[in-house]
Amino acid sequence: MPTRTSPTNDAPLSANRRPAKAAAQVSGEDSLEKFELIGRTVTIARPREELFRFWRDLPNLASFMENIESIRVLDNTRSHWVVKAPAGQTVEWDAIIDEERPNELISWTSTAEASIKNAGRVEFRDAPGGRGTQVTATILYDAPGGTLGKLIAKLFQREPNVQARRDLRRFKQLMETGEIATAEPPAAAPRA
Amino acid sequence: MRALTWQGKHDVRVETVPDPQIVNPRDAIIEITSTAICGSDLHLYDHYIPRMKAGDILGHEFMGRVVEVGPGNKRLQVGQRVVVPFVIACGQCFFCQKQQFAACDNSNPADKADMSEIAYGYPMTGAFGYSHLTGGYAGGQAEYVRVPYSDIGPIVIPEGIDDDKVLFLSDILPTGWMAAENCLIEPGDTVAVWGCGPVGLFAVQSALLLGAERVIAIDHHPHRLELAKSLGADILNYEEVNVREALVEMTGGIGPDACIDAVGMESHGMSIDNVLDHAKAAVGLATDRPHVLRQVIMACRKGGRVSIPGVYGGMADKFPIGALMEKGLTIKSGQTHVQKYTQKLLDLITEDKIDTTFLISHRLPLEEAATGYKIFKEQQNDVTKVVLKTKVVH
Repeated sequence: MPTRTSPTNDAPLSANRRPAKAAAQVSGEDSLEKFELIGRTVTIARPREELFRFWRDLPNLASFMENIESIRVLDNTRSHWVVKAPAGQTVEWDAIIDEERPNELISWTSTAEASIKNAGRVEFRDAPGGRGTQVTATILYDAPGGTLGKLIAKLFQREPNVQARRDLRRFKQLMETGEIATAEPPAAAPRA
Repeated sequence: MRALTWQGKHDVRVETVPDPQIVNPRDAIIEITSTAICGSDLHLYDHYIPRMKAGDILGHEFMGRVVEVGPGNKRLQVGQRVVVPFVIACGQCFFCQKQQFAACDNSNPADKADMSEIAYGYPMTGAFGYSHLTGGYAGGQAEYVRVPYSDIGPIVIPEGIDDDKVLFLSDILPTGWMAAENCLIEPGDTVAVWGCGPVGLFAVQSALLLGAERVIAIDHHPHRLELAKSLGADILNYEEVNVREALVEMTGGIGPDACIDAVGMESHGMSIDNVLDHAKAAVGLATDRPHVLRQVIMACRKGGRVSIPGVYGGMADKFPIGALMEKGLTIKSGQTHVQKYTQKLLDLITEDKIDTTFLISHRLPLEEAATGYKIFKEQQNDVTKVVLKTKVVH
């Protein structure tokens, strides 16, 4: 899965005005054009190794990704994802890690049978000036029409980026402060 | 517990609500003894700040005793007296490490942070009792409050020092101090301060402590001007004099070296621009009324510094960008990095170099909080600061 956009832009693909089209062009895979591509970078004031280790232990992702019900590790590269959908339903698929560079990169693709085809990668780079690590998550997913499309739209909220940026904020909170900020009533924030 | 809740514009009520609980490891629960109404609470009272919900508990200036500590807090102990900064800051992100606590990247819950990211380009930090833009945290005009990251924020107060001497470490004293610090004061400087509310008065005190030759305070309430005078400022009543002309004359034609806007988005006055601002705000063409900020920028000397502790929230119309650029002004602003200043200011209080109690005009029981809001709003000359006590005052 490509991430850089074009010879005239050093920005990540997710900053492209038409990200999926750019992904199709860069990779030469025309079929990607109908996909949605979202991405987000956060700086986390922790070492790369620590963040990579936490992320690579895939069931950990459920601790900060709001929509994930569970992630079950099947073998060293295969995992089974159960994701919450509206009205108490769930969507499930298997994913395969197709590229892994320790402390740098994890890339995955859903298997051919997945009802929502998706691929993604998370990259870890040293931030300048000792600021910790820049974590970039890029997710490409098939956005079919019809009922399933609507369900997916709900899954990813108003705009697809919303869920990704909230999840990455929670990842940052958890790694930097050891907890996830909340003002959820009534216990965390009473109200009348 | 009992708590002051916001119900709508000019409608606040003390109601019975659930007690807060420890939900995260670094939380603490504080039993509140004293809690103040802030000038910026009046922006909520007037419904000038968006994203309020009926039932929200207000209050961001408070202190009390630690009654419960989460397992992740290795610093605070049950029974200690603490003052709590209004800014909620984690202490570990890039911004907190730079002591820019009011820019903390972690304290605004992930779902609430979207709003300010859309409004301001980046998500803002969390704060107590100040709308859902800053996290929707319950405030401290209540009997109890949950304090997140309580191993970082609260400052422990030695026994034997009255609440009233240290309560304002929570917001307005550091805010006045940072406003003066942002003036980058040099020997011989004249600092002009617009607004003699609590922050303005503390800015007067702070500017003099930080070495200003002269401070000129501007307001229209005679009693507030008297207080500024008693702190060592020269005073100007804008209802009687042309402020810019007075400042030019009083500084030998040079102008004030630094100017502080301690008024913010709800300026008073009947000047033409302010009347137009009222009209625009009423029909939604602008959100903030920046009459004072315009005057500050016009009055500041060439190459001078403008410090803005006054709260603004949205868009301002007719901003004098030409005067700002052509005169080469430096602007420093922002919510206060409270945690950066609390220890230093506590030391100045215990050394009797700063007095804060002169400000308090009214002490009321928490149950009468709604009256406190009403008089603070309507009788600004006499009501300089309202402190609410959770126990009966003797």
